[in-house]
Formats: sequence, C-alpha cells, structure tokens
Amino acid sequence: MAEKVLMKGNEAIAYAAINCGCDGYFGYPITPQSEVMETLMKEKPWETTGMVVLQAESETSSINMVYGGACCGKKVMTSSSSPGISLMCEGLSYLAGAELPCLVVNVMRGGPGLGTIQPSQGDYYQATKAGGHGDYRMIVLAPASAQDMYDFVDLGFELAFKYRIPAMILGDGVIGQMMEKVEIRPAKARRTEEEIRALCDSWATIGKPAHRGGNTITSLALEADVQERHNIHLQKKYAEIEANEARYSTYKTEDAEHLIVAFGCMSRIGEAVVDYAREQGYKVGLLRPITLFPYPTAAVEALIPQLKSIMSVELNAGQMVSDLKVIANGRVPVNFYGRQGGMIPDPEEVFEAFVKSINK
Amino acid sequence: MKEEIIIAGFGGQGVLSMGKILAYGGIMQDQEVTWMPSYGPEMRGGTCNVCVILSDNKISSPILSKYDTAIILNQQSMDKFESRVKPGGLLIYDPNGITRHPERTDITICKIAAVDEAANLGNAKAYNMIVLGAFLKKKPIVTMENVLKGLKKSLPPRHHGLIPMNEEAITVGMNAVEDIR
Repeated sequence: MAEKVLMKGNEAIAYAAINCGCDGYFGYPITPQSEVMETLMKEKPWETTGMVVLQAESETSSINMVYGGACCGKKVMTSSSSPGISLMCEGLSYLAGAELPCLVVNVMRGGPGLGTIQPSQGDYYQATKAGGHGDYRMIVLAPASAQDMYDFVDLGFELAFKYRIPAMILGDGVIGQMMEKVEIRPAKARRTEEEIRALCDSWATIGKPAHRGGNTITSLALEADVQERHNIHLQKKYAEIEANEARYSTYKTEDAEHLIVAFGCMSRIGEAVVDYAREQGYKVGLLRPITLFPYPTAAVEALIPQLKSIMSVELNAGQMVSDLKVIANGRVPVNFYGRQGGMIPDPEEVFEAFVKSINK
Repeated sequence: MKEEIIIAGFGGQGVLSMGKILAYGGIMQDQEVTWMPSYGPEMRGGTCNVCVILSDNKISSPILSKYDTAIILNQQSMDKFESRVKPGGLLIYDPNGITRHPERTDITICKIAAVDEAANLGNAKAYNMIVLGAFLKKKPIVTMENVLKGLKKSLPPRHHGLIPMNEEAITVGMNAVEDIR
C-alpha cells in the first residue's frame, strides 16, 4: 500500500513537484501559500533530483524565470497568492502568447488590493477569463483536497505540455492550509536532455541541430495578419481543450431537482449541504467543476432538463454564477450565495440561503 | 464513527500540534481526517484554534459551526465556542485563566487543570499532551498505541526520545480529568 502522510495542501504541492520530476520552482513568499517554498527549501531537491528552487526578488521576476525555463522545454513552476498572481499576469499573457507550458499555483486570499490573508475564490474571473491582456486562456484546475493539490501538479504539467499552455492550480487558503492524508504517488524522474529534445524539438530553444533551423520563441507579431493567424490558432487550441479536457464530479445528482454548483473548498461544503438538504426532504445534488477552464458545460447542460433551480456557491460576490447563467440561458433559475473577504459559510448557512432562493 | 472537535486557546499552548497528533492517530487507525487551523493574524499572538475531524467515511466540509467536542484553553475561546457545542456534546476546559466558567446544562462539562499538572511534572511543554489525555479519557476515539504511532510519524527522528515523556503526560491527563456535570 502506498504511504499516506498527513500534510497541508501547500506542502502537497511541494512534495508533488519534487516527485513528478519538476525541473525548477521560482517563487516569492506570500501568505497563505508560503509553505510551498518553505517545504521545497527544507527538502533540498537540488541535492536529490537536481530540481532548482529559487526565491526570486519579486513575483514579476518569478514568472519571467518561469518563462525562461519553459523556453528550454523544462518543467517549471511558480506559486503565489492573489496579489502576487496579479503581478504575474503580464508574464502569464506572454507565456500564453508564446505558447509555453508551465504550472502556476494560486492559493487565493481575499481582495481586492492587499486584501486579507483569509481564504477566498475572488480570482475566478482572473483565472478563467485571463487576468493579463489579450485573448488568452489557461487550463485552470480547482483542487478540493490536499490529495488534489498533490495530484494536480503532475496533471497540470501533463496538460501544459500536451497543449503548450500555462496551467494554473486555483486553490484557496482552506485547501492550502488544511492538513489531510495524502497518498504519495510513484515518483517520476526528471526528463533527460534526450527526452526534452524528443518532446519539445519543434519549438524549444534547445540549440540548433543539423536537421532544422533555430527555434524562435516570441509573443510579438508586428504584422496584423500574422497576429490574427496566431490568435485563430490559439482559439482553435482552446476549443480543442474545451472539447477534450473538461473534468467534473457529481454528488447525488441522479434524482436531483435542485443543483448546487461549487468548486474547490466550497464543493466540500456543498456536499454537506446536499446531505443536510436531503435529510429535510429536498432533492438536491452537487456538481463540482474540477476544471474551471475548460468549464464542464456539457455536464451542467445534461442536468438542466431535470432541474428546478441551480445555485452557485462561491467565496466571492458572484463570478462563476455568470457562466452558469449563460449555460442555463433562462431555462432554469440560477441563484447565488457567497461570502467575501475571507469569511466562510458553514453548511447550515448555505442550506438556509438555498431554501430562501427556491421560495423567493 | 465521526467526531468533530474544536481545540482553541492561545498561540504557544500547543493547540495546533495537539490537533495534528490527534489527526495522525486517526490516520494510524485508517480513518479519514481533516485538520483546519485558524491561520490569520491570531497566529501572531492571541487566540488560535484548529478544527479536527476524524471519521470512518469521507469528510465533506472541513469547516463547521457546531462541534461534538470543544477543548477550550482560554477565556476568549470559552466565549466563542461554548455555545457551539452540539447538545449532548462534550466541553473540556482548563480553569487556569478562566473568569467565566461554562454555564450550559445540556452538554457534558469536564475540567483538566493542565497548567497545574504540567507544573507538577516539571515540564511546561507537556501541557498539550495532558489536555489530549483528558480528551482521550472522555472519548477514547484513538487508542494510546495509535497516538504514539502518530507522534512517531509527526516528530522528526531526533525528537523520538521525547515520546515516553509524552506518553506519561497523556496518562497524567487521563487520570486528572474531572467531571463537572
């Protein structure tokens, strides 16, 4: 049996990075995710796997180090929390424009501005609609447990390289700070130079061998028609991701008349609400989007004929709810309940909001 | 079995590590566990709490408004959490520094004079293990064997020499816990 260890979600990110063959981590400390770099510094992976761990002078610097590493076909990552991710958004736009694979972890805290250090999901729009400029997308994974934090590191890298796109793990202070048992997966070695050449030869800046010219990586295209062709290519890629990579889970939706939709830590609270509501005689189910981009649109769509209402439960003023309204398109009422600024509702509070929403 | 516990006191009393040892004990007997700390400004001095859940089944919400057990180690936490023990639940507190004793009559109330017992042991650091012992006496949800196994997992090897002292402190707590009502 695989070893099960009690650890924080943030620690799980660090151990998973070492274990899945990550080549480099570049970061800058910020609560509530500082344990990611603390754990990496404690484990000293540069002495074992050769993974580089570097504290940069700022988040702007971290994301540009990620850009540099990604250009060389390396598995590189960074992590931060909301205000730090805002600083990284310029770099993320460049990474997306240059079609570079990388992993970015956002352990969200309350905003706007410096905000609070308590949990939030206020960066849903920033993550899914792109916080930086230009028409770009990232793959966004929403962990709901420490095990997800561990598993999504490897998954994030796999998807990032498959599509040459930045992948983000969009966690929050609850998932980062909570300890749960985590099953340690079999280790993957770091890719050898030969493996990187085999996988990334067509684009990575890894030298100019005899069989091809040099690779150039840029997000700049001064000719409008060139930029348009590039953007159409990006949009095709995003459509392919939407068609193939949507992930979600459901809880008691078979006979559900009302659907709660919640991601990350709120999906855990949502499950408790479903159980509580069913005890009171309401046929409620839960849909948890695991990928926020691509959104599991088809899964929501499939449930709509049986539903009398949908309620989005979020730690913000109502962001994902707008995506659900687009999907529902007036066929079923879409309600919202949320707390902000680091406040977290308990299941009974959400249940009361649910009852109010269907009786209004 | 599902037990939802809030442990609350001052930073430095070992609240978080007590919760961690309890959670590790649960893992040793193959249970699901969550350990959700307060990590806000309170960890820079002032009050501090952790919600620990041990369950035979998958745990949904790690955040709760009502608890089966509240372990209370300062007045601020008494004010905050006494009302949040489920009817029929358990409240254990250390009377040291408590100015308003618990008033509820629909829950079991016990006290553990852990500051005094730690002084008797001559080891202030044994404080949280004495409190843990008091809890395990009232609710033996984790066996001593698994607590010690959990300790071994959570302590770095250089501190394994401290395990017998911790075992002694847990036993002291088990013997010293007093029923109030």
